[in-house]
Amino acid sequence: MTLNMGPQHPSTHGVLRMILELDGETVVQARCDIGYLHTGIEKECEQKTWQQVVTLTDRIDYLCPLTNNLCYCLAVEKLLGLEIPPAAQWMRVLLNELTRINSHLVWLGTHSLDLGAMSLFLYCFREREDILRIFEMFSGQRMMTSYFRIGGLALEPPRGWRQAVGKFIDAFPSRVDEYEDLLTRNPIWMRRTKGVGYAALEDLLDLGVTGPMLRAAGLAWDIRKSEPYSSYEKFDFDVPTRSEGDVYARYQVRMEELRQSARIVRQALDGMPSGPYTADAPHVVLPDREKMKTQMEALIYHFKIVTEGFRVPEGEVYQVVESPRGEMGYYVVSDGTSKPYRVFIHGPSFGNLQGLPKMVEGRLVADAIAVLGSIDFVLGDVDR
Amino acid sequence: MLPEQLQAWDASAVLNSRIERGELSIEIAAEKIAAVCRYLKDEHQFVRLSAVTAVDRYPAEPRFEVVYLLHSIERNQRLRLKCRLPGEAPEIDSVTGVWRAADWYEREVFDLLGVRFRNHPDLRRILMPEDWNGHPLRKDYPVTGQKYNYTGEAL
Repeated sequence: MTLNMGPQHPSTHGVLRMILELDGETVVQARCDIGYLHTGIEKECEQKTWQQVVTLTDRIDYLCPLTNNLCYCLAVEKLLGLEIPPAAQWMRVLLNELTRINSHLVWLGTHSLDLGAMSLFLYCFREREDILRIFEMFSGQRMMTSYFRIGGLALEPPRGWRQAVGKFIDAFPSRVDEYEDLLTRNPIWMRRTKGVGYAALEDLLDLGVTGPMLRAAGLAWDIRKSEPYSSYEKFDFDVPTRSEGDVYARYQVRMEELRQSARIVRQALDGMPSGPYTADAPHVVLPDREKMKTQMEALIYHFKIVTEGFRVPEGEVYQVVESPRGEMGYYVVSDGTSKPYRVFIHGPSFGNLQGLPKMVEGRLVADAIAVLGSIDFVLGDVDR
Repeated sequence: MLPEQLQAWDASAVLNSRIERGELSIEIAAEKIAAVCRYLKDEHQFVRLSAVTAVDRYPAEPRFEVVYLLHSIERNQRLRLKCRLPGEAPEIDSVTGVWRAADWYEREVFDLLGVRFRNHPDLRRILMPEDWNGHPLRKDYPVTGQKYNYTGEAL
């Protein structure tokens, strides 16, 4: 029997269509049909100036817009050879880890909802709301923040941000305990997840899977450690791993990542350096209002940046960062003009989803739901 | 170093190599790509294929650059392989035999840029509808003005 699952099925988290060949309740073959959310972002990037592309990157992986912003900005900054001041780097780390917590909370809430634990969903979204309020405070937007710009941050951090972040991060570890109380030793949860969706590490690597799924299969590889960016080398955190490689192990890894991210946010908050939030590069970064109205040069730069954008030297870079889902990469090609020649976006969800058939074939249909949740993909990231 | 080792292994495979902004990029003769990838995976621990993509250099010739983004966790090193293909009927060997991960990436390149991959197990469009005309990421493909009627689409 052939079962069509999606693209509107609620547990496919967006618009994924799966075609399952069944024998009774066992999945014999699984195929994915993607592209329902394809909006041609890569093509659109070629029509925008370098700075304008930042707003497009938000919309790719809409659960971690700031990670996308960061990856793109780092790539262009590398092409430009810009030096980003420490305060901006640390603020980027702080907001990125809040983003990771935000994304993992959505994963935990929806994943547990799929498997029948409704109350956890409400708890997760309660905490997520606090994070979205912090994002709104910083950027004026809850989700599509576009808070990072090429050369630093879009705005100075708002008044009272320390208290807001501090209050959240004080309470958060006890909230993670609360989630764990509900799930970690819950017999129903364990029976739905233990031993389900196993795939060997070699297969996962070969299929292009990255991130928490690899760590749950025993590989301690985290880009924040192996290829540190934006001052991650200055932070002290652990890379959690498990060896089982099943849905339960992925759950454990992500729960530990929530705690580690909270640790990083705490360090960033306590050790936040002072100084400017944008690079000293007047040809790239917009001058502040005061200067623009009183200094001729600043006015000229302002006019040039706004009307035609800045030029980026010819060349190409591939910048990777550790997104909540795994390896996110931006391959950016410049031909020396004020618009990108080509932007290729390697979203972690695309590679992770390729591993899906391997994990569900030979198992029950109900397990496919558990596996889907444990992959934690975002269709915007798959289809772009 | 890696380019020299590759050169020693098969001198005709390496066209040139350079390190730009700290990133190593090697241009490979298009007909050798599958063999080179196999060699890099087996002998140099490039266990991961991060992605495959392509760049359209229209109207220059050779028009297409197929880009392979390789990664070795063990060596903590990234490597970029490039192959140039002509604008007329661009075709290159698939590397799905080396890394299964290449499957969807090659389909994407075929879908959006129209480069064909020989020996690919299932070379269909992946993001655009199956009956779509043209390849949207080509430079001579218009940004607006495309009309598509979704009502007749086969399910």
